[in-house]
Amino acid sequence: MHVSLRIQRFDPDRDTASHWVEYGLDVDPMARVLDLLHQVKWEQDSSLAFRRSCGHGICGSDAMMINGRNRLACKIRVDQLGRKISVAPLPGLPVVKDLVVDMDGFFAKYRSVHPFLVNDDPPPAQERRQSQAQRAVFDDTTKCILCGACTSSCPSFWARPGYVGPAAIVNAHRFIFDSRDQGGEERLQILADRDGVWRCRTIFNCVDACPRGINITRAILEVSAAIVEKSA
Amino acid sequence: MLLRYRAREGMLAWAFHRISGVAIWLFVVVHVVDIYLVGGDPKAYNTVLQIYGSPIGRVAEVLLGAALLYHALNGLRILIIDLWPAMTVYHKALWYASWVIFVLVGIPGAFIILRPVIGPILGIGA
Repeated sequence: MHVSLRIQRFDPDRDTASHWVEYGLDVDPMARVLDLLHQVKWEQDSSLAFRRSCGHGICGSDAMMINGRNRLACKIRVDQLGRKISVAPLPGLPVVKDLVVDMDGFFAKYRSVHPFLVNDDPPPAQERRQSQAQRAVFDDTTKCILCGACTSSCPSFWARPGYVGPAAIVNAHRFIFDSRDQGGEERLQILADRDGVWRCRTIFNCVDACPRGINITRAILEVSAAIVEKSA
Repeated sequence: MLLRYRAREGMLAWAFHRISGVAIWLFVVVHVVDIYLVGGDPKAYNTVLQIYGSPIGRVAEVLLGAALLYHALNGLRILIIDLWPAMTVYHKALWYASWVIFVLVGIPGAFIILRPVIGPILGIGA
């Protein structure tokens, strides 16, 4: 199957603005976009820059805008996209080169919500036990791989880069509702900020973009409700 | 960015909500001015009413009604999602349902507003 792959290229040493470059490829319909990028890099233009690591939808390195929507290049196949495929860097994030974006701000926001277990009690002799029901409350948000597809698909984030973003809220949710954690109050206070959960406009781009199928908007609304309950 | 990202139901619902919100706000500004004319300049007020009653004015009223109806229905959709986060999985179905109500309420409403203009053309009277 012959496909036309358009890639948004930008070389900071040469270019003043990004531009599209088209590559013709003969590929298997079951090939993934990551395979196409490899084919271009290995056979046509070795200067193409993109991130990838595990190549199996676990590490979250290769999130990019594919045919106008944020997707993982290692998960989406040619047969899902058609013969004309466009690939651009994640929107709303500074481009370092070609498809590589600067994720420093994204991870700074992630760290800002204290995405780790806070529990000052002395460690028990065995594990900190939790029932299945207690786990089910935050099970969905444990699946995040921090690819950035959600935050960079959010129009609220595009309009206000200071917005903490869906990914950070998802990871806060993961600990706020963990029965073993004691840092929930602090996180709710952080997320009650004007750049916190209230920036969500229930647009659902994040839910559509999430390669792990996390119901991100639900998580954001549950955190919002917890903030309201806390202040009531 | 907004135009580059391929919108799905949620983003379209939000974009239409914003556009209809701005349209309603612009009408409110116009409405404040026309109501002021009742006391300030009654002759000008009558002229404004004639414009509202003209064919173009009635089409504009239909568009205003459409903006109000969409904004209200999508507002209810957002309210349902906000108050019951479990409803997020049905956000697309809720949007389509709001369009069904939009058509069911909007078409008779538009007909009532436009009847003085289209009635004689259709032979059913104004």
